[in-house]
Amino acid sequence: MAIQKKNGTEAEIETETGAETGAGQQARRGWMSLLARAPETLLLALWSGYGASPSFDWLRRPETGAVMVRGRMGGTGAPFNLGEMTVTRCALTLQDGTVGHGYVQGRSKARAEAAALIDALMQTGAASAVRRAILDPLAEAMATTREDRAARAAATKVDFFTLVRGEDG
Amino acid sequence: MSVSLNRAYGGGFADPAVDSARAFRAAMNVMAKPGEIRDLDSAQPPAPLSAAAGTLLLTLCDPETGVYLAGACDTPELRGWLAFHTGAPVVAAAEADFAVGTWAELMPLDPYRIGTSEYPDRSATLIVEMDALEQAGATLRGPGIKDSATLSLPDAAALAGNAMLYPLGLDFFFTCGGKVAALPRSTAISEG
Repeated sequence: MAIQKKNGTEAEIETETGAETGAGQQARRGWMSLLARAPETLLLALWSGYGASPSFDWLRRPETGAVMVRGRMGGTGAPFNLGEMTVTRCALTLQDGTVGHGYVQGRSKARAEAAALIDALMQTGAASAVRRAILDPLAEAMATTREDRAARAAATKVDFFTLVRGEDG
Repeated sequence: MSVSLNRAYGGGFADPAVDSARAFRAAMNVMAKPGEIRDLDSAQPPAPLSAAAGTLLLTLCDPETGVYLAGACDTPELRGWLAFHTGAPVVAAAEADFAVGTWAELMPLDPYRIGTSEYPDRSATLIVEMDALEQAGATLRGPGIKDSATLSLPDAAALAGNAMLYPLGLDFFFTCGGKVAALPRSTAISEG
């Protein structure tokens, strides 16, 4: 089953958070982005480390599809299609009626389920505990990985400069 | 966040691939054999939509089909439910590919698209919510019907007028609870 459009995906999440304030929406965008990109082993380890596994009902069982990733040159140019990306999504509702959405890259259903549960818990009273136990360590680990990679790349950086250009001499 | 909004997302297909294939087969069969009534109740949409109408919307709609919610059907719960499960945009009657509501709410028939001579398929399909659905009333004749069939129609005269437009015109599904019947534009209608 194909997840049809990136636009549709965003519209759904916006409908969901429509009643909330702009700041709440911004914060949710932050953790949704984090969960979408989180490495599977780390996310599942942190989730099982959190301990609680609230009971829930599926609104949409995990399904894998492709979404078109669009980009803009410099963030402002005309949009172009960068390429398709495999995405697994699901939606669930906790016993108190809170809805959680999970959209993660790749085809792991367990990861989508964990992401949706974390999204749901972040809208409940457990938000600060979840942030401490899962989101903060996750953000930190992902930032460290990114910096390591950037540092490795930076070590091989070469600065080209010329004191006297050949054709001038 | 209100609980009612969250409940509005429930009631989709339990097994989307199988349920939608079954529902599509039922929808295709009733359209192919006007007058036939089949069960169609694998989805539970928010009120006031019937199970059959909700199942049809989940089966037939996607982000490229405009849906017109007529009268009492146009609730925030139903809009949210439709957006979550199908991604279909809610549009005005004149742009709709599908329209859903009771017969009185869907009236008049004039604004709906009836297709063009080059593309008669670019027409609307109306999902009419009925209080009762039975094989009695107006007599139907035409493709898919051996001799004749009968079906309880909301307004036989208006539907006969639609059949006169053939090959243009509207197609109809009639839903009542978990039952569905259909009337394509190709069927000739005569009063009971």
